Amino acid sequence: MILVIAEHRDGKLNRATLETIAAAQAASAQASGPVKAAVLGSGVDTVAAEVAAADLAEVIAVDDAALKDYTADGFVLALQALIDAEKPDRVFLPHTYQTRDFAPALAARLNRPLITDCVAVKDGAYVRPMFQGKLQADVAVEGAHLATFQIGAYRADAMKAGGAPAAVRKAAIAIDASRIRQRPEQPFKEAKQAVDLSQAERIVSVGRGIKAQEHLQLAQQLAQAMGAEIAASRPICDAGWLPMDRQIGSSGQTVAPRLYVALGISGAIQHLVGMKGARTIVAVNKDPEAPIFEIADYGIAGDLFEVVPAMIAELNK
Amino acid sequence: MTREWQLRVNDQKTWIRDQDAGFELNEPDAYALEEALRLKEKHGGEVVACCAGPARATQVIREALARGADRAIHVEADALATADASVIADALAAAIKDEAVDLVLTGLQSDDQGFGQVGVILAEKLGMPHATIIMEVQQGDGGLLRVKRELEGGWFQWVALPMPALLTIQSGINQLRYATLKGIMAAKKKEIRKVTPPAAAPAQRITSLYFPEKGKKTQMLAGSPAEAAKELVKRLREEARAL
Repeated sequence: MILVIAEHRDGKLNRATLETIAAAQAASAQASGPVKAAVLGSGVDTVAAEVAAADLAEVIAVDDAALKDYTADGFVLALQALIDAEKPDRVFLPHTYQTRDFAPALAARLNRPLITDCVAVKDGAYVRPMFQGKLQADVAVEGAHLATFQIGAYRADAMKAGGAPAAVRKAAIAIDASRIRQRPEQPFKEAKQAVDLSQAERIVSVGRGIKAQEHLQLAQQLAQAMGAEIAASRPICDAGWLPMDRQIGSSGQTVAPRLYVALGISGAIQHLVGMKGARTIVAVNKDPEAPIFEIADYGIAGDLFEVVPAMIAELNK
Repeated sequence: MTREWQLRVNDQKTWIRDQDAGFELNEPDAYALEEALRLKEKHGGEVVACCAGPARATQVIREALARGADRAIHVEADALATADASVIADALAAAIKDEAVDLVLTGLQSDDQGFGQVGVILAEKLGMPHATIIMEVQQGDGGLLRVKRELEGGWFQWVALPMPALLTIQSGINQLRYATLKGIMAAKKKEIRKVTPPAAAPAQRITSLYFPEKGKKTQMLAGSPAEAAKELVKRLREEARAL
């Protein structure tokens, strides 16, 4: 049996859950066995009903006041009890920041291996990126285990819906709130983002390959010639070369422009998550093996300091 | 592993050819070390750098000492170079469980395997509460630690937790310092305690390591920079209609 752990916030299901159900359905088709889903929280009836629309053997709700606000300890306690009771041989989770916070501790407490960041299941092995996405590995694992699936690895619309809603069952699990050590405050957004890149038609984005802050003006000239907004991968914003609200990726903004030009961006998965919805992707990178070239429509394997001035000249003709 | 190095896969296709690679401190770990040094400067105490890895990891440990760590622990075994997250966390836990640690800081994930698990498993093995993807560390009320977690999509959250605790640090939490000549000289006199890790059986195994298949749709534009740029602009205008 594969158990999928659903994720939601403020009563809203995280779509990555549907992708993970799609992954579980694909994996169960290879090895047979039912797929179930678990929804944790306080007052989760609506979310559980939404999950139950998928083709699942059943949905298990763990409803406890101690799970109202997410905490790592709360989720580990609840899921340890649930997994001990239900005995799934595989537990699938979306590779979200929340999962990353609790799943390794859960795996350790259950003494089961956890394979993170999976992009596919093939013949029982899991495919995951390594070395910042430059290489891919097939990983074999013995016995019962947990696996997290990278956002976008499976499509939510590939998830099979059920003919009728799956049954929702309340698990008989009580959480001892005194064992929860983290005390969370309410989530918040920093000062309102000055730039909404999600609406940009064209984006010129820079990565480590730009080398120094003073070279940003080259990218800015290209953006101007294209009528594009300037953006960046995380290291550029970490270094303070561009403000954080210009960052594209899992920790920054998600964009879907008509044109995305990636300059000196290798294409680590955290960046790809934010930009692969772009309609046309151009990559300029001196490393012909850079993962960005796997998703680009047009690629130039070359020195951006030679290619970008040539592009600006061509656009201004 | 230095980011500039062109990766090559070994003959068994199970790992990279690391005999001709250069190795350096993982960037997320560099931010964790920096945060530890800053906390020490503010609150006092001692910074101990702990690293699990083969003999060559000594070089990274020296770098940590040169940046300002007071002493180091090297959990040394060749197998740790390619070990899974649980094995690495076991090795680290054995080495630090008897240290009087107030706070354990790790990077969010490594640059090579990128499990993003070692810190959180280590917290579990040490019996400590943890918080991940941390962007700020403060002293909270009632002796609690108060930390700012990064959530997805521009959201953040403060979480308080008792010490001793483990935090995994997000890159960009601070500005990194680099080792000074004085620091490098001082590092030579600092203690590196060597520890042998417990025997561990890996639970996951890489059966094949390979370059991902290129998306067939990618059109690589060859020629001189001027020729490639000209062709690109033409295709963006006429084929993709993106300009």
